[in-house]
Amino acid sequence: MSTVKLRELAHSRTGDKGDTSNISVIAFKSEDYPRLVHALTAERVAEHFAELLGDDALRVLRYELPKVGALNFVLPGILKGGVTRSLALDAHGKALGAALLDIDV
Amino acid sequence: MKTLRIGSGAGYSGDRIEPAVELAEKGDLDYLVFECLAERTIALAQQARLSDPEAGFDPLLSERMRRVLPFVGRGREVGQRRLRLISNMGAANPLAAAREVRRIAVELGLHGLKVAAVTGDDVLAILKASPEQMLDNGATIASLGDRLISANAYLGAEGIVEALEADADVVITGRVADPSLFLAPQLFEFGWAADDWTRLGRGTLIGHLLECAGQITGGYFADPGVKEVPNLARLGFPLAEVDAEGRAVISKVDGSGGRINTATCTEQMIYEVHDPAAYLTPDVTADFSGVSFHPVATDEVRAEGADGRSRPGTLKVSVGYLDGWIGEGQISYGGPGALARAQLARNVVLERLQLTGVAFDDVRAELIGVDALHGGALGSRAAAEPWEVRLRVAARCSDKAEAVRIGNEVETLYTNGPYGGGGATKGVRQVVAVASLLMPRDAIKAQVHLEDAS
Repeated sequence: MSTVKLRELAHSRTGDKGDTSNISVIAFKSEDYPRLVHALTAERVAEHFAELLGDDALRVLRYELPKVGALNFVLPGILKGGVTRSLALDAHGKALGAALLDIDV
Repeated sequence: MKTLRIGSGAGYSGDRIEPAVELAEKGDLDYLVFECLAERTIALAQQARLSDPEAGFDPLLSERMRRVLPFVGRGREVGQRRLRLISNMGAANPLAAAREVRRIAVELGLHGLKVAAVTGDDVLAILKASPEQMLDNGATIASLGDRLISANAYLGAEGIVEALEADADVVITGRVADPSLFLAPQLFEFGWAADDWTRLGRGTLIGHLLECAGQITGGYFADPGVKEVPNLARLGFPLAEVDAEGRAVISKVDGSGGRINTATCTEQMIYEVHDPAAYLTPDVTADFSGVSFHPVATDEVRAEGADGRSRPGTLKVSVGYLDGWIGEGQISYGGPGALARAQLARNVVLERLQLTGVAFDDVRAELIGVDALHGGALGSRAAAEPWEVRLRVAARCSDKAEAVRIGNEVETLYTNGPYGGGGATKGVRQVVAVASLLMPRDAIKAQVHLEDAS
């Protein structure tokens, strides 16, 4: 199977609660879901965001939602203080999911 | 079989107003719900209330009410659906907000509207009485001292149900969990028991799908060439038609812009959810792990498979407190060599902050267009250097005067920094931070206040 960018197989939305971000990855076609489950481990996602996560890389969690062909990644600590205290331009981390779609699967 | 039609009129405080008017006018609704409270909105509203006892509710409450109140109760006389409104736009002052709604009703010549306020979420006095309590960030209530602004518990559906039982046309609350605003009318109309966890889980799914308004009808979704959404400028807001079993179809008003399909529904279901099998609300531990979506017609999707288990024994309390100041400055560089000049400018500012001894707790210097959103490693994936780059320096300081110096150091790049910097801006803002803790639910009780009908 050839390598493609995740953006060709799936779409994504990012939410925030406190300093935790959650990023959904949803297969456009249900037949691609097993490929996502295999390729997109919590470790792969943590590695993709290594610079932003720092010491929080080990805390990344993955939940599976097979009925809707989706994975949900939870990334505690990535918002560094949360939306109210963060110094970041995108304090909510709204744009994080778009960066994940550049990962190779 | 009786069904209930619930629309979503706002996904946040500053949301568009005309899609809500469109729903009120053409949605054939029983309820229109406005969810307008973000995490720290109440803390900001509480500050406004301190300087004016009649302030502290949503700044768009009056305009929204002027636009939708004329539709409330309209269908009642002719045996059609009777529109009622539910909103957390009361923020830090639901009682003053309810008085304002009544004032507007009178101004519009609308008589006999019953307006109710739900209070009880403000637990600041309770917390102050036990200052040893600890927040999730490790600080105690006592350590916040005078910086403590607000403490509000996330209430469930109970208070709203009580207001609907009292026949209120408009129910205004402070902090209530977002999906509970939508669950309340389902509980009331269908008479579900408070421990009917499966139906409460289903009703909570409906609330969660609707609570961000346009985010399920194609807002926050379009990606040209990959995910197309028609007529975003005229985005319609969603409504759900629910039956007594908690089965629901999500749709929008015919002719409005946007798109509803299984993809928009799935994105919204997982939005701001951690464990999909345990979505905690004050009413139920909802389980979305078995949910599936099925297209019924164009822009109509059926949701099924939600479940629930018993509700948590504690309620989440959001605590707002003052946490210093953030000073910020920005300046742009363009043309050939823009990136290297912006990088030089960044280094100059960081060196200047050290040289001049600016007192800050934390600083961040990022290049907008390069590394501001995703850091340097991902930012370097760009195929070519950007034509223009904007330096942004932000720092958190305990002292306002120190925070002002951050923007000043960026601005002085005009005459002292690299070639060709333009469009400098600077600013300083007070930080209102939010932390949380859990309180036993029996310490907190919702109260309903009815404004006299006129």
